[in-house]
Amino acid sequence: MHYVIAGAGPAAIAAAEHLRELDASAQVTLIGAQAQPPYSRMAIPYFLTGKVSEEGTYLRRSQDHYEAHGLNLIHGEVTAVDPKGRSVTLGDGQKIKYDKLLLATGAEPIIPPVSGMEDPRVQQCWHLEDAERIIELAKPGARAVQVGAGFIGCIILESWVLREVNLTVVEMGPRMVPRMLGEKAGGLLQSWCEAKGVTVHTNTQVKAIESTPDELQVVLENGETCPADVVIVSTGVKPRLHYLEGCDIDIDQGIVVDAHMQTNQPDVYAAGDCAQGLDFSTGETAVHAVQPTATEHGRIAAANMVGNNNLPYKGSLNMNILDTLGLVTCSFGAWEGVAGGDSAEMYNPDNHQYVNLQFKDDVLVGANSVGYHEHLGVLRGLIETQIPLGEWKDRLKDNPVNLVEAYQGVNQAALQNG
Amino acid sequence: MHKALVMEVDACTGCHQCELMCSYGKVGAFNTAKSVMDITIYDGGAINVPSTCTQCQEAWCMVVCPVQAITVNPATGAKEVSAEACVGCKVCTIACPFGAINYDPDSGVVTKCDLCGGEPMCVEACPTTALAYVAEDSTGYDKMRRSATLAAGLEA
Repeated sequence: MHYVIAGAGPAAIAAAEHLRELDASAQVTLIGAQAQPPYSRMAIPYFLTGKVSEEGTYLRRSQDHYEAHGLNLIHGEVTAVDPKGRSVTLGDGQKIKYDKLLLATGAEPIIPPVSGMEDPRVQQCWHLEDAERIIELAKPGARAVQVGAGFIGCIILESWVLREVNLTVVEMGPRMVPRMLGEKAGGLLQSWCEAKGVTVHTNTQVKAIESTPDELQVVLENGETCPADVVIVSTGVKPRLHYLEGCDIDIDQGIVVDAHMQTNQPDVYAAGDCAQGLDFSTGETAVHAVQPTATEHGRIAAANMVGNNNLPYKGSLNMNILDTLGLVTCSFGAWEGVAGGDSAEMYNPDNHQYVNLQFKDDVLVGANSVGYHEHLGVLRGLIETQIPLGEWKDRLKDNPVNLVEAYQGVNQAALQNG
Repeated sequence: MHKALVMEVDACTGCHQCELMCSYGKVGAFNTAKSVMDITIYDGGAINVPSTCTQCQEAWCMVVCPVQAITVNPATGAKEVSAEACVGCKVCTIACPFGAINYDPDSGVVTKCDLCGGEPMCVEACPTTALAYVAEDSTGYDKMRRSATLAAGLEA
């Protein structure tokens, strides 16, 4: 059986390794588009700050990891898929036949339709090469404008501050990380960043980037203009799908997959940032583009590829954690709440601390937190087990910070009863 | 057969000796904030729950880590964090449904129970039978594994 995986990111590698675990005789081919060994985009911020070397961003630490596991890693870009002929075509024209195919081509940055983006001082922060270029441009004292304060933006922000650049952040949404944090949490993050010397503009977009030999002028729709030596664009990502044009694979926001991670085409699966899979909280499909979903997708897809769709997936819980200049924020599931739901909140702006819990009846369904970094995983445990909180719900409403007590309390009660 | 750290709620008095020894073993200081064994006390001290990593087979922390900083110690079965490899991204801290792996801002990396290489100091410190290091097939361990599977909901 020849399994072909288009991509070499976290979902692809998780799938390849699980295929190998489940089927010792399988032939597994990974097709990676990057020149380097498979690496983690999540580690790029730490490469920017110098915490790790380039090798420290690699998904697997040993040089011969792929070979040692019998995984054939080839360099190339998939340019077309032919589900009927069971083959993929690479950029150099080579055709690779498959028995089962996994599409794990990840995401690519969204480039805002703004003039001036082609200036070499305007950089994405997506590939390792981008990071290397930014390290050259972001000298101490340089003026940097970061366009976008989403997931990636808020993590890489620290890199600029540590590199002692003067940083201005521009976010089109009403607050920082609007897709992950509510108003109060986003507000706390903004005031935290401002206290660290970062200028933050929300509710405005970049209208144009004007170039002169000496500097860039970032013109905002609110009328302000920010002079800059370097502009970093982190305005979000979208699934990387251009190679699927005209091949009858269902695409909505991403590649639509069922509970087995299979697309509408037999023996073609999708996983990770390019896939629109089941969402645990809504029961519908969504593109999460986060690491936990990517690795789960990869493993579930592999199991179904080997086991002929014998492992239905209940969906991934969307979750995120950011550390922005030392302030940790996190979100889980239906953090915006559900119809007919209930909530508990603790807001301490003086300490930059916040907890918001969302319930449906006496089950936790979502959460936001700011300023806490311990035992956050219990939020996942409580949400995914859907364990009834019973009396602990009222205790959490009195004090939402007592999460670990609630977690242990409901689990102990469940163990006593059964 | 690996041995497992078994925690028995009814026998825990909440004395925190285990946390003190754990932190001493981990960072060389008696500081319960640095312990990876945690006693949760509620109902006014009537209930004391010791908890730490149960070294799951398909460990979420290990699977989700983007840089392979968490690996299995073949001698003990413990999932161990490499402080050199960990970038401090914290994704494991939200992926673990037990809240058993946590970020330490002082070191910039995550910490979790590593069974002290096979001689857990918390067990030595425990003055009751609340903590024991026993063969994996003991009843207590099976019970914990079951609740781990329950909490996970992910069967793959």
